[in-house]
Amino acid sequence: MPEGPGLATSKERRRAPGDLAVADIGTRVVTGAGPVPPRVDGTAASDGRLQKRSRMGVLFWVCLAWVALMVLLALAASVLPLKSPTFQDYSAVNVGPTLHHLLGTDDLGRDLLSRIVFGSRVSLVIGFASIALGMATGGTLGLLAGYRGGASDTLLNAGSFVLLAFPPLLAIMVIEAFWGRSLWKLTLVFAVVAAPQLFRVMRASTIATANREYVVAARAFGSRSARIMVRELLPNVLPAAISFALIGVAVAIIIEGSLAFLGLSIALPTASLGNIINEGVQNNNLQLNPYIALWPSLYIFLMLSSLNLMADRLRSRFEAREGKL
Amino acid sequence: MRRYATTRLVQLVAIVFLISVLAFLLVHLLPGDPTVAILGPNDTPTARHELLAQLGLNHSLPLQYWTWLKNIVRGNLGASFLTKQTVTNAISVAAPIDLELIVVSQLMAFAVAIPLALVAARRPNKIFDRLATTSTFGLLSFPTFVVAVLLVLVFAVEFHLFPATGFVRLSQGLVGNLKSVLLPSIALAVGSVAVYFRLLRADLISTLQEDYVTMAKAKGLSTPYILVRHALRPSSFSLLAGAGISIGSLFTGAFVVEVLFQLPGIGYQLVTAINSRDYLMVQGMALVAAIAYVVINFVVDFLLTVLDPRVRHA
Repeated sequence: MPEGPGLATSKERRRAPGDLAVADIGTRVVTGAGPVPPRVDGTAASDGRLQKRSRMGVLFWVCLAWVALMVLLALAASVLPLKSPTFQDYSAVNVGPTLHHLLGTDDLGRDLLSRIVFGSRVSLVIGFASIALGMATGGTLGLLAGYRGGASDTLLNAGSFVLLAFPPLLAIMVIEAFWGRSLWKLTLVFAVVAAPQLFRVMRASTIATANREYVVAARAFGSRSARIMVRELLPNVLPAAISFALIGVAVAIIIEGSLAFLGLSIALPTASLGNIINEGVQNNNLQLNPYIALWPSLYIFLMLSSLNLMADRLRSRFEAREGKL
Repeated sequence: MRRYATTRLVQLVAIVFLISVLAFLLVHLLPGDPTVAILGPNDTPTARHELLAQLGLNHSLPLQYWTWLKNIVRGNLGASFLTKQTVTNAISVAAPIDLELIVVSQLMAFAVAIPLALVAARRPNKIFDRLATTSTFGLLSFPTFVVAVLLVLVFAVEFHLFPATGFVRLSQGLVGNLKSVLLPSIALAVGSVAVYFRLLRADLISTLQEDYVTMAKAKGLSTPYILVRHALRPSSFSLLAGAGISIGSLFTGAFVVEVLFQLPGIGYQLVTAINSRDYLMVQGMALVAAIAYVVINFVVDFLLTVLDPRVRHA
């Protein structure tokens, strides 16, 4: 796209959208007269999409199904025929896996399966809700800033650098220490930490997409910027952002687990995967009943590896450029 | 170059200033007066009033910040309410432990990742490479706290090879010291191995396609010689960048390991302070840790720019 004024240079991109000079439209974009379909790429979409799906690989769908299952279990935990995660059955303390307790019980006679399913609620809520919230704020701002440019972009960009300079685990740890540790507070703090990263990813890919021919074409047809952002930019920017967001979910789950392990996540007696593992380490439990720590470790590993694998597949499918890290 | 350095330095100063303001405000603006936590059941209006005056909390916020900042510049971060130990003293005792953990774990990570990447990159997508790539990808899904627990289970509980907890200072003997940091360092190193392997492998594979490598092969040099002497150095830039960037996150990753293995480093002290609501200790440690993180990242960033001018324009 080197030829034609107003297409390639970043200076031109920064110009207010919809502000294209008449000359640009006349010479470059609308060549043939008569009705031009607004989306030239629309015709090829049906074949392309089929190909895409087959190339995601079986493993991607297995992982997706597994994550969906975990989310369903967590959502339906109180309806499922699970024992109470806090009920202490003193007739069955530290038993291994049996028919009555599928994964065994802990040192207080609590059913481990039920504790893990209920505990995964904390990880999944914080993981998904905080990233969704960060995406809604940081991602949207990234799209806007990347497309519009100008002073607000410079300001937001500088702000994201400042926020990114803070060590995430430390920041969350200290803020929670002073502010309190309910589920919504944790989710909010995680979202604040995630937002600048999602902002940067979204902004970078928006800038990369914003001077592609179809965007310029849409602008030349007189589409409003809101429409261009939603209909032209978003579908092309979103896959990469979702891949990054899935890694974000995994990282949030790791950080929440670390905090819970340190006793600094959600307050006891609410179970979370991290604090079950921590209980499995306390009071010589690792020697007496390693299952307490092993089951939640396995569960968190399966959760994280599914998320990472899905993100990896999405990235290699949609992102031409291999990420270095 | 000089202009770039000045811009970055101004950014650094601004960020450090912001960190100090946030660390200051943390104690003052978030809900829950610190006096409530300190006084506990002895909370009477007169006692609270006295404590507020004693802590200087009855002045205006900017004035409080200024006094606080002056004290910090003089190296006075306050003292613990519980142990009366000064924050500066606590940090100077704890920080070497973090340093040792990070250095030992990184040496281990390099020792594993570099040979693995060299062998894997020699024949990309063949069996060894696939195995190594898949297993390191799997390692990325093991959080430090899970790795640490598994290590304790295997090496301390099952085989009694290493002590599960406790720290032996270097002054108390080298062997004991190394034994006490070995498991924690492995736990920290696992994540790094995965990242370093992937970085080095990718760069090595592209370096091995260069003409001078073909030339070296044509000269009849052995493959190990080419890999180590010709390919490794020009491929190690991403590796160094990755190592530099991860120093900051290792610092916080060490927190988990310290608590599990009961090594009295910064993380362990910070968690203890949070649990006992020792708010000056938390503030001081968080301030120093955050500034250290920012400064380390800045220095690494700057060194990388000096080494490779491409980064400057990226």
